[in-house]
Amino acid sequence: MDFKPVSLSTSPLDQSWYEASARARLAGLLDADTFQEFIGPEQRMMSPHLPLFDLPRAFDDGMIVGRGLLEERPVLIAAQEGRFMGGAFGEIHGAKLVGLLRAALAVKPAAVLILFDTGGVRLQEANAGETAIAEIMRAITQVRTAGIPVIGLIGGRAGCYGGGGLIAGTCARLVISEGGRLSVSGPEVIETNRGAEEFDSRDRALVWRTMGGKHRRLIGAADAFVDDTIGAFRKAVLAAIPAAPSFDLATLEAEQARLEARLDRFGDARDATEIWGGLGIADPAAVPGLTTEGFDALLARLPEEPHHAR
Amino acid sequence: MEKLSFRHATRTALPGTRASAITGVVASGNLEVLLERNLAPDACRVEIDTAIAGYGAVWAAVVADFVARRQPGGLTITINDGGARPDTVSLRLAQGARLMEMP
Repeated sequence: MDFKPVSLSTSPLDQSWYEASARARLAGLLDADTFQEFIGPEQRMMSPHLPLFDLPRAFDDGMIVGRGLLEERPVLIAAQEGRFMGGAFGEIHGAKLVGLLRAALAVKPAAVLILFDTGGVRLQEANAGETAIAEIMRAITQVRTAGIPVIGLIGGRAGCYGGGGLIAGTCARLVISEGGRLSVSGPEVIETNRGAEEFDSRDRALVWRTMGGKHRRLIGAADAFVDDTIGAFRKAVLAAIPAAPSFDLATLEAEQARLEARLDRFGDARDATEIWGGLGIADPAAVPGLTTEGFDALLARLPEEPHHAR
Repeated sequence: MEKLSFRHATRTALPGTRASAITGVVASGNLEVLLERNLAPDACRVEIDTAIAGYGAVWAAVVADFVARRQPGGLTITINDGGARPDTVSLRLAQGARLMEMP
């Protein structure tokens, strides 16, 4: 892999998505100075549960929601702060996203953007968190039924795991970077339940080729693979909004057929590289080292068009 | 968890007109600082919620140093701390004061 030197640019668009805070991602992704927060930190809408466990709270409970402009079109937007409790869904954290999605039905934005960075449900408030996951998925289906695209962006430190992975599965389009990982059970969870022979969570190469952005793009779980910059995510979101499929019976039946065919074809594969070979990639071992340009060229050369999710 | 509260008198008000600002994240070794311009111009209040109990004297010294350097008159500063070191606390307080001074 050829590493790019650290950018000396001060433009928000050139900054690393992975390294940026949730607030920096929001500010850089939207048109400059257009983000308006709902229920900002000064309102101190914090977790009612964490004090019971003697744990520190965050003023925004790790979820920042609001509105802004994307190339002058209004969008509603939510960002998870992956460094606060692993970006996990608690009661307030989840309720803020549910409220944003329900607001979308009233204000009809050009899109709803969800900047995932989460390990899943916060164990200290698990029941409320699980309920929130269900409410969010339901709200997304309602927003999409109303014709509003819901786009997920995945490139943060915590990846997109647990209930976050389920929510991502209901989005109309997903944009992912090399640093982003998308799955339901995380590496440590699988190892704890099934043993290191099944999945060695310390094998970082295994984690990335099983859950990382390139694999998710190749098997059609994500729709765009981008460089780790805020500018690359912005460009991909602008392309994803008009490409979002309508949410109707035909789309769902096509998605079901796609997933069944994928399982039939690759269900017995022992490693992601077997799947990549099956897709017609001559040198699967070289895929993790490809640059974004190299990877895009590989996608264009594949004998079959990579699937689009949903 | 330990709650700490400090009040200081300042010679001047912190420049700028921004009503509030936030910096930092509650994570291990890190903290978030919420600054609000809602006190008399010669008063500063700092409220701290910290995960690590028993360091009141260190907090008092770091806050007094910040107040002496920046004269943050008019501000209520509220901190959620995930166990940050004193140098990180000083840095975040300085970042917060700078944000409040920006147009």
